[in-house]
Amino acid sequence: MRAFAALPLLASVLAACGSDEGSGRPTINWYNFPDDSGALQKAADRCSQASGGRYRISYNKLPRAADGQRQQLVRRLAAEDDSLDILGLDVTWAAEFAEARWIREWTGTAKRQAVEGTLRVPLQTSTWKRKLYAVPYNTNTQLLWYRNDLVPTPPRTWAEMLDMAGALARQGKPYFVEIQGAQYEGLTVWFNTLINSAGGSILNATATAPSLGPPAVRAAGIMRDLAKSPAADPSLPNQMEDQNRLAMESGVAAFELNYPFVYPSMKANNPELFKNFRWAPYPRVDPNRPARPTIGGIDLAVSAYSRHPDLAFEAALCLRNRENQLTAAIEGGLPPTLRALYDEPAFMKEYPFSKDVLAALESASVRPITPVYQNVSIAVSHTLSPPSGIEPVSSVNTIREQIDDALRSEGVIP
Amino acid sequence: MSTRAQPAETPPPPEAETEQAEPDRAALSAGARQERRLGWLLCAPAVVVMIAVTAYPIGYAVYLSLQRYDLRFPGRAEFVGLSNYGAVLSSPFWWDAFWVTLFITAVSVAIELVLGMGLALVMHRTIFWRGVVRTSVLIPYGIVTVVAAFSWQYAWTPDLGYLAELLPSGEAPLTEQWSALWLIILAEVWKTTPFMALLLLAGLALVPEETLKAAMVDGATAWQRFTKIMLPLMKPAVLVALLFRTLDAFRIFDNIYILTAGAQGTGSVSILGYDNLFTALNLGIGSAISVLIFICVGIIAFTFVKLFGTAAPGAEVKR
Repeated sequence: MRAFAALPLLASVLAACGSDEGSGRPTINWYNFPDDSGALQKAADRCSQASGGRYRISYNKLPRAADGQRQQLVRRLAAEDDSLDILGLDVTWAAEFAEARWIREWTGTAKRQAVEGTLRVPLQTSTWKRKLYAVPYNTNTQLLWYRNDLVPTPPRTWAEMLDMAGALARQGKPYFVEIQGAQYEGLTVWFNTLINSAGGSILNATATAPSLGPPAVRAAGIMRDLAKSPAADPSLPNQMEDQNRLAMESGVAAFELNYPFVYPSMKANNPELFKNFRWAPYPRVDPNRPARPTIGGIDLAVSAYSRHPDLAFEAALCLRNRENQLTAAIEGGLPPTLRALYDEPAFMKEYPFSKDVLAALESASVRPITPVYQNVSIAVSHTLSPPSGIEPVSSVNTIREQIDDALRSEGVIP
Repeated sequence: MSTRAQPAETPPPPEAETEQAEPDRAALSAGARQERRLGWLLCAPAVVVMIAVTAYPIGYAVYLSLQRYDLRFPGRAEFVGLSNYGAVLSSPFWWDAFWVTLFITAVSVAIELVLGMGLALVMHRTIFWRGVVRTSVLIPYGIVTVVAAFSWQYAWTPDLGYLAELLPSGEAPLTEQWSALWLIILAEVWKTTPFMALLLLAGLALVPEETLKAAMVDGATAWQRFTKIMLPLMKPAVLVALLFRTLDAFRIFDNIYILTAGAQGTGSVSILGYDNLFTALNLGIGSAISVLIFICVGIIAFTFVKLFGTAAPGAEVKR
């Protein structure tokens, strides 16, 4: 009986999967990370309304973890699924999806609108072989978070930070430096930030060969030095962003290198510590060269198999317009990609560190832009894990060999 | 003991069958032929489904393993013969994963066999609360592996888990290769010992009470009764249990995926295959790894069935 009762429901679900073509209004399916703040749903509703009945945007949630999101998208795109229209891509996927011909190039008016007023560095992440394949939806970058009851002036360089941590340890005060040391992409991001801050890069400008060199050896050396110093949290080789946040909130740490989401979290979870919770620019490698933290974020792309590509481009631009980015920033805590919003009083009030985020974004670096970024990231994170086992020169040589293999789609990844 | 008895006892029936079968085949009546055809027709849907869900994917994986085929570079696909196998077999990552897998398999199955036998004896002998005892022993097996793995992971994470609290402060066992491997084995043993115990319990039912009593009257000690009577009689059950668990353990994935995701040298061959297929999107290399795992599993099954005389699942247990 129950099975029969479910049939009409099933039928309606199946109908919803296609589109309400019957009513003449196509559904644009937007797949993006799961947002709990409601900002994404709100944007979808607003844009559906603003379309004047020409389309309806349906917001579909992808899995929580980035790997899971990528897998779902890849699986469906490889099967040429035409029920995907707008895809929320992590900043490292645009090149890969473009090379696989899963997403459409942005041209003409849509391209002009996508580029206008958008921050320069996030735009690099949606560009592959000089063509634009996505529009930056939100961006993100790390800052140094510290406790000013322990360190009145924040450190400017890595060396200063390790000295300060050592001094705190000798005084018997909390002294850990919290950073992403687990064997995953966060470790690659850490390495990428350091190598760029030291004036180098992982790949050459055309993404055809590893570049690495002396800056890479310096970067690897800094990671090892932290791991071997007392400043390292004992769980460093297993820590990701959230464990860093928890450690800082529990009061055992003095420093934390993390994204701005830690700020509202500290406010909610430990109001006592929050009074002394401060931020500063990401520490430098060289005292006279600014740090170049790696950016994160989401780019919106249009699927190559979409049945309504023109509407999808239009809808994607609407989803990341000024109003919707402001909502996402204030309600969801996502730093916007439109430069002008950083002067918006409502945003500055919610984001007291907005100027520092903007400064960081303007000098920021991007992760290697290549279709084989996943392999590059695995080669880096696997070789540099655990950070205490790094031997700068030989580790960098290993990374170079593995990246060489990956660029030719040969070899096994660990 | 029982294997030596086999040739003497078993041959006569087939001979008798063939004698009968010969004249039958010669003069197969129309009715019998029709029945045979009906039999095939009735089997056909199952055969088709089996081909669709197992033979086709396996064949396709073999085909893919002979290609250079990276999903991200559709234009570069080409036939490369056995070079993917060469790449995998010459890669230290494959051999690291292979030895880790063998180690986990051998150690966990050995521990499970001993513990499982103990549990089976307890369940067999329990007079009171038999149902409750059997049910409670089975609980770990009933919990979804991924869920159990998550609880193990949290339990061993410093500051969060109760088991990590028992260790000296600052110890993070999941971040070191050896401690992580032992914890993976522990999770595996905790999870599947009940399954082993259940299979062994079925084997224990094969041991006649009278034989044991007779042995007792003859003055056999408990250990002698166990090794000289129970174990030989249970041999088919023990081998089937070992076969099942070895095959399963060799394909270990979920516990590792959750506990360490293969970090710190704890990845199994299945994790390696998964990473190459789903993360690197390299269908050629990934399929070659899957085919190699398939061959390993085949070798394990063959060894058990042919060399140790394990009864194949579904076959009659000859005693």
